[in-house]
Amino acid sequence: MGKSRTIAKDLTVKRLGKISEIFPVRAECTMKFSRNAAISPQNTRTGKTHTLVKPIMAATLVEKIFSRRCGHPVRAGEVIMAPVDAAMIHDITGPLAVQKFREMGGKKVFDPGKIVLLFDHQIPADSLPAAENHVFLRKFAIEQQIENLDIKEGICHQVVMERGRTAPGEIIVGADSHTCMYGAAGAFSTGIGSTDMGFVLKFGALYFRVPETIRLDITGNFPTRVGAKDLILAIAGKIGADGATYQALEFAGETMQKMDMPGRMTCCNMAVEMGAKVGIVPPDTVTWEYLKARRKGVTPFPLESDRDATFSARHQIDVSTLSPKVATPHNVDQVVDVGKVAGTHIDQVFIGSCTNGRYEDLAEAAEVLGNRKFHDDVRVLVIPASRAEYLKALRAGIIEQFVAAGALVESPCCGPCMGGAFGLLAPGEVSLSTSNRNFKGRQGSSESFVYLCSPATAAASALRGEITDPREV
Amino acid sequence: MRTWKFGDNIDTDAIVPGRYLTIYDPATLASHAFEGTRDEYAKQVKEGDIIVAGRNFGCGSSREHAPLALSGAGVRFIIARSFARIFYRNAISVGLLPLVCPDADKIPDGSELVVQMNEGYVVSGGKRYAIEPVPGFLQEIVNAGGLVEYARRLEEVKTCTGSRS
Ligand code: SF4
Repeated sequence: MGKSRTIAKDLTVKRLGKISEIFPVRAECTMKFSRNAAISPQNTRTGKTHTLVKPIMAATLVEKIFSRRCGHPVRAGEVIMAPVDAAMIHDITGPLAVQKFREMGGKKVFDPGKIVLLFDHQIPADSLPAAENHVFLRKFAIEQQIENLDIKEGICHQVVMERGRTAPGEIIVGADSHTCMYGAAGAFSTGIGSTDMGFVLKFGALYFRVPETIRLDITGNFPTRVGAKDLILAIAGKIGADGATYQALEFAGETMQKMDMPGRMTCCNMAVEMGAKVGIVPPDTVTWEYLKARRKGVTPFPLESDRDATFSARHQIDVSTLSPKVATPHNVDQVVDVGKVAGTHIDQVFIGSCTNGRYEDLAEAAEVLGNRKFHDDVRVLVIPASRAEYLKALRAGIIEQFVAAGALVESPCCGPCMGGAFGLLAPGEVSLSTSNRNFKGRQGSSESFVYLCSPATAAASALRGEITDPREV
Repeated sequence: MRTWKFGDNIDTDAIVPGRYLTIYDPATLASHAFEGTRDEYAKQVKEGDIIVAGRNFGCGSSREHAPLALSGAGVRFIIARSFARIFYRNAISVGLLPLVCPDADKIPDGSELVVQMNEGYVVSGGKRYAIEPVPGFLQEIVNAGGLVEYARRLEEVKTCTGSRS
């Protein structure tokens, strides 16, 4: 068969430098009436009214969130004890957080209704210690009257999003690094450690250094079989594994506005792979519609960076010439066009995780698969990100398609993503994964290899038994 | 007091692999520290030894198991060109001191090293290397002996107060 090889043009990333160089800001003291700061003081879930924010100078989206929640203008670089609107703990980081909460003298959590507790990393319990940790957290949930979603719902980040536990303008923490994903819903949300979480459980607040923002202006239409995952891998390749440390990554521009929530979640999820505190998309109709279906009494309000806000850097990215990307072992920023590694032998393909385990991701893989069978020599693991996404895929016939093609479909959980539960790799084995990290030993042996890619690339490669450009199958 | 030298982007999976995350005891975690990355570390590390690393030390997961494994091995200081954000906070929470040293790359592996916190430098092989001070608000937590001790003394917190870092 004559395959036409598409020439992979590199992504255009133009560094525009500081925004002040683009729109020269007048004197520092110019006071501006921020369009958004004073609007909608309502906390959409609790109905509580926040103090109205006084007019402030041009601000970033993240600065506005902190200003809004604190009732006075807050700027990047300030360290502030900010109230927390929701806190998430899971089976790995939860037990230690609870222990620390107790060591801090904690008796009652700040607000049981604001805590999301579930198990997703090692479920169903894969070892005795895991089972004991689950029991420990179940008891804590009963004692503190916290709703416990236990092992039933799926991966923490997906569950927080789909249950509407995060909304524009809120400040959210999770004892998991990919908590940065809820910025897809216009919240400031960030991953913290267990001791910090113990503090949050006790006080309902935490010290934050308000981050500077790197703004990404994304334009153009995606070519066929190229999407959000390829975009975020390309960005990671350009910005680097520590290129956004301590900062917020704001994804804006016409391409983001056209992108659905699952795509936005994929982008924001991987912000931490560049060291960022949060990946955030200015809330728009797509965001509010998503939230309305999940939370009562939602009133949309405008929330975006002012045009002349100060960004620490600004990049323009055109996706119309983007080709499928692959992150090669063992760093997330070692990103190449799929063509560069095409033909690489693979032992296992994993389609799932909080990055790419949603219905849309499974559908993308299924579209590439069609009614064919996966290659005999490849183990294909498909794990939907949540029960809700699983059901959607089941009803659409996609699960059947995967099973018929020879895949193992597992119940919603983290699976082999972090090499704790099942699906581990032996020394020398190679995995192609739609998850977010390819660190050495991440999915098993420290002598195994993990490549990261989109669901389309994963499916195409699983068909051939080697890394394959999804536009070629 | 010897140094254990590591490169750039040492991630939390390298510090403690995912299969040990049901363990919370620092000493047991220490026995798996850098397993698969530098196997002799767990066997030979001594109380007071110092980690020296390049850029972005501790990137990846929010697992506090990583700093706990190091503190369980008796490490008190980590000196690196830069740290990943969550690891940096977690280290301070568990009573480890992460010190930013722009010239950390030049400090040799296996060398004797003395930290002169108040003077703002470390000494290794007769040479001085400048270290950056810990930001003000974190200093309070360090001085209290970690976040648990800091929080025990607090009755309540005043939200929306703060300072410039
Ligand atoms: S799917 Fe992977 S990255 Fe996401 S929460 Fe689970 S272990 Fe972490």
